Amino acid sequence: MGFVMDSKDIQRSLSRIAQEILESNDGAERLLLVGIHSGGVPIAQRLAKLIGQAEGEMPAVGEMDITLYRDDLYTGLEKPVLGETKLPTQLRGVHLVLVDDVLFTGRTVRAALDEVMDYGRPARIQLAVLIDRGHRELPIAANFVGRRLDTEMGDKVLVNAASSPAASDNVSIDKAEEGPQ
Amino acid sequence: MNRKDMLGLRGVSREEITEILDTADRFRAVGERRIKKVPTLRGRTVVSLFFENSTRTKVSFDLAAKRLSADGVGISASTSSAKKGETLMDTARNINAMQPDAVIMRHSCAGAPHMLARAFPFSVINAGDGINEHPSQGLLDMLTMRQNIGDLEGKTVAIVGDVYHSRVARSNIYGLTTMGARVLVAGPGTMCRPEMDRLGVEVRHSIDEVLEESDVLMMLRIQRERLAPGMLASSREYSEFYGLDLQRLARAGEKTLVMHPGPINRGVEMSPDVADHAQSVILEQVTNGLAVRMALLFLLLGGEGGQDA
Repeated sequence: MGFVMDSKDIQRSLSRIAQEILESNDGAERLLLVGIHSGGVPIAQRLAKLIGQAEGEMPAVGEMDITLYRDDLYTGLEKPVLGETKLPTQLRGVHLVLVDDVLFTGRTVRAALDEVMDYGRPARIQLAVLIDRGHRELPIAANFVGRRLDTEMGDKVLVNAASSPAASDNVSIDKAEEGPQ
Repeated sequence: MNRKDMLGLRGVSREEITEILDTADRFRAVGERRIKKVPTLRGRTVVSLFFENSTRTKVSFDLAAKRLSADGVGISASTSSAKKGETLMDTARNINAMQPDAVIMRHSCAGAPHMLARAFPFSVINAGDGINEHPSQGLLDMLTMRQNIGDLEGKTVAIVGDVYHSRVARSNIYGLTTMGARVLVAGPGTMCRPEMDRLGVEVRHSIDEVLEESDVLMMLRIQRERLAPGMLASSREYSEFYGLDLQRLARAGEKTLVMHPGPINRGVEMSPDVADHAQSVILEQVTNGLAVRMALLFLLLGGEGGQDA
């Protein structure tokens, strides 16, 4: 297990992403940050706080569970457990930023895009992730990235970040066993 | 939940019931969206096979399948080849040959869905088998109670009327006792027998004996189609001893919930002003029915429980 980010690294990355989101959207007025269950939810809350500190006004924050939109519901190994989708505002005209902890195959983001469309028609949708670990299986890219990591397909990237900054926050890679998988 | 079928609430654990109700809570939120459809069961086929009349249950299951993007077709007895003398097993073999993923079934014989569930690979959901069980109704009743009065543990639910012929009552009794609720049953001696205490309920013989103690009054319809001659003297007499009117509701207290699985016979088991009363949650039950049926289809056909997982 190798640690790649500590709590200060994470906070610095999120601060930069918060600034980039503000720049790209001309402020926080029309912003809606939506964390994808479960890892994206605390990241979205932290980004919202950072944006609030910078602008003096908290952007809207929501959360989204994409289970019903997954493409592997019948082949996935885990039993489906439904989480909650909570969007605080109408989507028409908002600048929606999907937030996740790790961007990997892109399939989760595909599902989230479909679900957003069922709730309404935002003016634009962007994607912010703390970690981009590569291995995309769909043509999806993030607008805002904390850190890009070189990983093997079988590695596990573990993000441990609470909704408020804590000394125990970290990102680590659990390397896959040697040899082809 | 790791089951192929949902045939009844007898033997279904507290954890499973809680999982179904929690999942149904999520699906209620889908019903409140502008676009009420999710792609979850795209490409799955759900056949509803109704050998007894139904409006609520059939529409509810059909809509549940549609809102999950499954393809649904319905067969009802009046239009099926059963009229031409085909046996149930032959009907089921033919349906199975078209590779459905789930069959929703209602039949006048207790155990008919169980027979199909044993014989075929598709998931079977019992939508009412004779006087045995109607599990999705029991679940939607428990969901409605949970939303209105909270945790079912320690709550008192009175089921009033023709308990003997009621599959709704039986599913509620199994489910509620599993969840730790106390169940009272009250009805005429012909429809509410002393030996029912073996199901873990307390038997009373007048609605007046349950009013004060109950958090929920579940009123049942007299099922004339199942009554033997002599079981019921007259509707008026029944209404006198077992009907819920405003005076009795007042004695029960203003926190008591009034429920009914429908269809209501207004003026028999409850007066019209009780049916439309603020304490009546009869239409909430219908809304919850759709959510519960979506949850059942999702849990039986999605994930590891699915057949080709």
